Amino acid sequence: MVKEIERAGIPVVHICTITPISLTVGANRIVPAVAIPYPLGDPALSKAEEKQQRRKIVLKALDALSTEVSEQTVFDME
Amino acid sequence: MSEFRVVHYINQFFGQVGGEEMAHVPPEYREGKVGPGLALEANFKGEAVIVGTVVCGDSYFNENMDEAKETILAMVEKAKPDLFVAGPAFNAGRYGVACGAMAAYVKEKLGIPVITGMYIENPGADMYKTDIYIISTRNSAAGMRDAAKKMAALALKMLKNEKIGASSEEDYIPQGRRVNLFEKLRGSERAVNMLLQKLQGKPFTTEYPMPDFDRVPPNPPVADISRAKIALVTSGGIVPKGNPDHIESSNASKYGRYDIHGVMNLTSDTYETAHGGYDPSYANADADRVVPLDVLRDFETEGKVGSIYEYFFSTVGNGMAVKSAKAFAEDFSKELIKENVQAVILTST
Repeated sequence: MVKEIERAGIPVVHICTITPISLTVGANRIVPAVAIPYPLGDPALSKAEEKQQRRKIVLKALDALSTEVSEQTVFDME
Repeated sequence: MSEFRVVHYINQFFGQVGGEEMAHVPPEYREGKVGPGLALEANFKGEAVIVGTVVCGDSYFNENMDEAKETILAMVEKAKPDLFVAGPAFNAGRYGVACGAMAAYVKEKLGIPVITGMYIENPGADMYKTDIYIISTRNSAAGMRDAAKKMAALALKMLKNEKIGASSEEDYIPQGRRVNLFEKLRGSERAVNMLLQKLQGKPFTTEYPMPDFDRVPPNPPVADISRAKIALVTSGGIVPKGNPDHIESSNASKYGRYDIHGVMNLTSDTYETAHGGYDPSYANADADRVVPLDVLRDFETEGKVGSIYEYFFSTVGNGMAVKSAKAFAEDFSKELIKENVQAVILTST
């Protein structure tokens, strides 16, 4: 799906846990997620902390969408 | 002659530990054969025996890959096997990656022959096909009998140091290596035969397939994300509660388009997941964990993004054919273009 959206001309960021699969599939902008059943959350955290973590990941995704890339790039969280 | 010793790797499902709710379990070593090991050993016909089986949760392996590889390597090494076999994984993505990663690692570290099996579209196949022999299987466990037979046959050849034939003869996924061989018919005859087949509309096999470099170059970035209209897409199967479009939990034949006008937050009362390939309890409790609408609404208010497109698109990426995924995205991308969506956030589980 990510490749077809890109092919249609829209920049797309893929948020996923297993980044090697995303690279194989052909995503160009990739942001690593937390875990397979909860990519943008963590049931071990409080609701507030969890949302804070989700904000960080989505901000990273917005950052990826605003960044020029010439090849497949994984935007790691620092 | 004594029997060859084999160690087998399987996931929590085939190890009969449990389904997705047990995908987080760390590796354990069991003596002897388990589950699909029975079919494999039957096909070894007394020449090899499965001395031990490693069972590991698919999510555990993929989320802790470095650690899992070391732990499992130690388990395998202790059993002193002559060969390591993993799977078959069919079209199970995480399982395929685990089988490929583990087989390649055992081959590298212990220097023994390794083999696995999976469906050609399994992401693990593309990732590891040049490192190891991967028998080409069907896309579901219905192909177990055939897979076990082919995997065992190639395993015995490797154990006995016999010559391994071309991928088309042994039915493994091509490794991109060329092997010299003598054809029975000369080139001109083969070409004419192929042409005759083609003219009659009958199937023929090319001897020189074009390489499949399906890469799409990245689009330029969004100039000003704070003014951009952003759409949300997921393969994590998030749907309005009750799954009104009846999106299948595996090998889905459709996608959904869901109105999020005025929706600030995906709650357990209104949304759930239709995905059958991961433990759904966390997404059902709070679907924002898969489709982060709540924080995007906040960003909209804070002016960090322009707006959120009023529909999100969702399907179940579990065991999905590449062809379907491609068709779905081609379809909804037309709408996104028409509606001037400038960027997409796609989330996967």
